[in-house]
Amino acid sequence: MPLLQAKGVNHYFGGLKAVSDLNLALEPGELMGIIGPNGAGKTTVFNLITGVYRPTQGQVLLQDQNLVGLRPHQIIERGVARTFQNIRLFKDLSVLDNVRIACYSQVRYGPLASLLHTARFRQEEQRIRADSVRLLGIFHLEGYASVPARNLPYGEQRRLEIARALATRPTLLLLDEPAAGMNPGEIKRLMELIQWIRSEFKLTIILIEHQMRVVMGICERILVLDFGETIAEGKPKEIQNHPRVLEAYLGKGVA
Amino acid sequence: MKKRGMPPLAKRWLTPALLVAGLALSILLPQLGVLNLYLQQVIIYVGINIILTISLNLVNGYMGEFSVGHAGFMAIGAYVSSLLTVLLFPKVWGPFVFPLVLVLGGLAAALAGLLVALPSFKTRGDYLAIVTLAFNMIIKSVLENIDAIGGPRGFMGMSKLTNVASVYIWVLITIVVLRNFVFSNFGRGVLSVREDEVAAELVSVNTRQTKILAFVISSFFAGVAGGLFAHVLQFINPKSFTILKSTDVLVMVYLGGVGSITGSILGASIYTVLLELLRPLGVWRWVVGPLMLVVLMITRPRGIFGLRESRWLSPPEEVEADAAATG
Repeated sequence: MPLLQAKGVNHYFGGLKAVSDLNLALEPGELMGIIGPNGAGKTTVFNLITGVYRPTQGQVLLQDQNLVGLRPHQIIERGVARTFQNIRLFKDLSVLDNVRIACYSQVRYGPLASLLHTARFRQEEQRIRADSVRLLGIFHLEGYASVPARNLPYGEQRRLEIARALATRPTLLLLDEPAAGMNPGEIKRLMELIQWIRSEFKLTIILIEHQMRVVMGICERILVLDFGETIAEGKPKEIQNHPRVLEAYLGKGVA
Repeated sequence: MKKRGMPPLAKRWLTPALLVAGLALSILLPQLGVLNLYLQQVIIYVGINIILTISLNLVNGYMGEFSVGHAGFMAIGAYVSSLLTVLLFPKVWGPFVFPLVLVLGGLAAALAGLLVALPSFKTRGDYLAIVTLAFNMIIKSVLENIDAIGGPRGFMGMSKLTNVASVYIWVLITIVVLRNFVFSNFGRGVLSVREDEVAAELVSVNTRQTKILAFVISSFFAGVAGGLFAHVLQFINPKSFTILKSTDVLVMVYLGGVGSITGSILGASIYTVLLELLRPLGVWRWVVGPLMLVVLMITRPRGIFGLRESRWLSPPEEVEADAAATG
């Protein structure tokens, strides 16, 4: 059974067709890339999966359960997590709090317990703190725990965003241009990190990128979007020489 | 972080001891005649304003929304509690039922808060400011038009049940409850709404739930403050709860510092005492508040103690962990 399916998803912004007839089927453990020129609708696909936008038509299924109509936090609770193209950390809050907030739906105490700081409250808080510190340790961020997120260097902010996404305990991780603004050396290390968390946390991953060569080495399957349409899908080798892909990236006549 | 050279036992008992001493003083000083009635009244107003400021800070400071109708919730608490002490309970019961009455006034305000929050938080953006502004005006008009509770003439007959000690206790309750809330999962949710609401939803925070919860708690304490206010002045009228009153609380929040209980205590104390000291200026003293706000926004936009908390108000486990992390 596919972990994630999109069936005939269409999305319009007013009269503009942002995504048209998107069909996806992602097996558990797969790492898929979505590439396409700027404005191709890549981030819109993530917004449709996570419920930020509601598809105009079509279905999004996670383990055969329909996600359309759920609020984003409910979708995240069901095991989807994502990062953002332009980093969206809670900048004025500490690195630890950034991760702890992502544990929101796992906390098992009610509002009254939080007002009275009961024994159960203390126990839960200890667990959340320990889990979060462990996660920070994995990403070599534990030394920054009490530092406001805005004070982290750029690369660390990117890593923190991935750590925060993992704190929601996802089965499906959506990474939106995680390599943006990085130099080739950093990109290489990032790709190794992604490979590693994929096996360590048993994740299925979709990776958005607009530079083709970044995803070539790491993705098993690539989906190419242009103006919201799926123009190609297949193994990296097939994509590389696909006439419509070359056309989208380089213009007509080159192929 | 520096370690203080106090033995652990003394450290553990220091805060409770100070709090009990404070309670003893709040009972004894007025009785021994050390504090005259005027000073008692100023202290009571400081306390009431602290409760109002901390509770509004939860919505405007911690959560980053903009509520401008705090006096409306205060009015509900004031009227409900006054009606209860005057019409429902015999006068001699007053001192005994007063805590219950304040809680009931608070609950009534909380219910109103829920009714305001439900539609306002369906959408994002600046709607809360508009809705709370309208709410404040509606409450005032409604009170003015109900003759049974005095209409525009106001309502009286309350005994002077509010004293320094009862205000002291309620200030403590407000501080403890809101501190506990802020340093909890829900509190972190509230902070994440301020930082980036979309990102908050996308890391599993139920933002609508946290926003409604914070708003209801905030309204509850505004109602309690209203009850205390009604039973010190022994007279309330709708004009006491206009937008001007709400603006006063806003000034205290932004003066003391957004997102800080310590700041709220400072802001409320400084502003209340300052206005008392400026009494000789007559009408001109009302220029001070807005002027302070303008200067403050330019020079120190987060207020005196914005986004920080004194050690004393941070839960021990947070302080220890921070100390361990920074070495």
